Amino acid sequence: MAEKVMVKGNEAMAEAAVRAGCRIYFGYPITPQSEFIEYMARRMPQIEGVFLQSESEVAAVNMVYGAACTGNRVMTSTSSPGFSLMQEGVSYIAGAMLPAVFVNVVRGGPGLGDIQPAQSDYFQATKGGAHGDYHLIVLAPGSIQESVDLMEDAFRMADEYRMPVLILADGMLGQMMEPVEFPEFVKLEGINDHSAWALRGATGREANKVTSFDIDPVNLEKMNIFIQEIYKRIKAKEVRYETIGLEDAEYMLVGYGTMGRILGSVVKLARSKGIKVGLFRPITLWPFPYAELKKAAEGVKTILTVEMSMGQMVEDVRLAVEGSVPVQFYGRTGGMVPTPDEVLAELLKHV
Amino acid sequence: MKEHLLVAAGFGGQGVMLLGQVIATAGMFDGKYTTWLPSYGPEMRGGTANCTVVINDEPIGSPITESPNELIVMNIPSLTKFEKQIQPGGVMVINTSVVDRESTRKDIEIFKIDAGAVAERLGNMKVANMVILGAYIAKTGAVTLEGVRKAFEKKLTGEKADLIDLNIQAVKAGMEAVGQ
Repeated sequence: MAEKVMVKGNEAMAEAAVRAGCRIYFGYPITPQSEFIEYMARRMPQIEGVFLQSESEVAAVNMVYGAACTGNRVMTSTSSPGFSLMQEGVSYIAGAMLPAVFVNVVRGGPGLGDIQPAQSDYFQATKGGAHGDYHLIVLAPGSIQESVDLMEDAFRMADEYRMPVLILADGMLGQMMEPVEFPEFVKLEGINDHSAWALRGATGREANKVTSFDIDPVNLEKMNIFIQEIYKRIKAKEVRYETIGLEDAEYMLVGYGTMGRILGSVVKLARSKGIKVGLFRPITLWPFPYAELKKAAEGVKTILTVEMSMGQMVEDVRLAVEGSVPVQFYGRTGGMVPTPDEVLAELLKHV
Repeated sequence: MKEHLLVAAGFGGQGVMLLGQVIATAGMFDGKYTTWLPSYGPEMRGGTANCTVVINDEPIGSPITESPNELIVMNIPSLTKFEKQIQPGGVMVINTSVVDRESTRKDIEIFKIDAGAVAERLGNMKVANMVILGAYIAKTGAVTLEGVRKAFEKKLTGEKADLIDLNIQAVKAGMEAVGQ
């Protein structure tokens, strides 16, 4: 077993990316994500990687776009306003079908907002933050260890499906420390043989072409249908979630990311008072575990969805259960984090 | 074990963040689950800096709390802000070198340490936070002295390794100051 180390979330995710084979990083500092880019600035030169601090998030995302055209493992990290700036590039990367990993350490919004933890970028992450019929694979870690474990999956999925993958964290996950075991370094040889399409020099062969542009609507529709077929495969294969105490639950809490883990404490608190409560924590936000959530909700009296937002994921929870169970919502926003006591008090209103 | 929910608070510069990190890291070396969550942002300038440390035998749900059962108070604003929140029966350690007033809480255990004076006797005012840490672990048993030593060995490397002994002395002095 690997040695446990006490490490900050931002730094843990950065090291995990390095171990997952990322050797190219572009980014621009923004709180509460800055330790990520600082770590990469120190780490990339040690492993003969590329680190570049761009002049803005717009530049960073287009550098990611360029590097992704070579099929190498590339990433950037940012926080909410920075990810908004990146949206044009994200759409182009999705349209050009390129592998890339993004990390959004979400803070309070809208606009410049503040720098405290939030989950108010769920819509942007899962429903398309930019133009066009596209999705990101969206992973929401609930702990620092999970953020480390999911990083390798993020790069694997980006490579396998040739699409951008987003790790949706929040300021709390980025700033807190927890003991972590890092995985071994992924072997770089052969993990991303994208020779069929990647731009790595065309001497002696036909030139590859990478673009999100096709002036012919017949062809563009075909391309979109092709991408949708990939999305179907992802929905069938990659859905992830965690449940706690649902076996005999009369009430079900639903939350993701750090809010999801906080709800784990609410389950314990509630059960110590004799209330049978369970937790459903989606780990993939896209694809969302619709069918799994509906099945988990069979027999529960009420669902309480809790978010650090005014209610975004709750719409997917309602879509999932299709009216079979009443869905209540509790949220704080603007950087306020619901505490276990606060959520328990809300839950008791529905018991 | 009962979950230790600690809030450590003081002025920026008093070393409360480091104090919390050492406790959390010691918890890791003791084989516990542990989290360290800092307050971050503009409120740290001149106001109170604080961190929340959770230690448990079981995986930790919430890394935040509005009702800690343990409190370390390094300055007056922290006393005012956090003494309202501590659970009845909780443990509060107060640094009396800076906090010259009484807590209004009668339903908790309070331990007062003149950490500045103890640190001065050891020849380095900077270890006042570790004196407080000593008093805290003596009264709560949250982590072991051995765990704390390992945390220092992890944190203080290179030229700073010379400071491990001094910090351990400070922790021991804090333990003695509350009668252990």
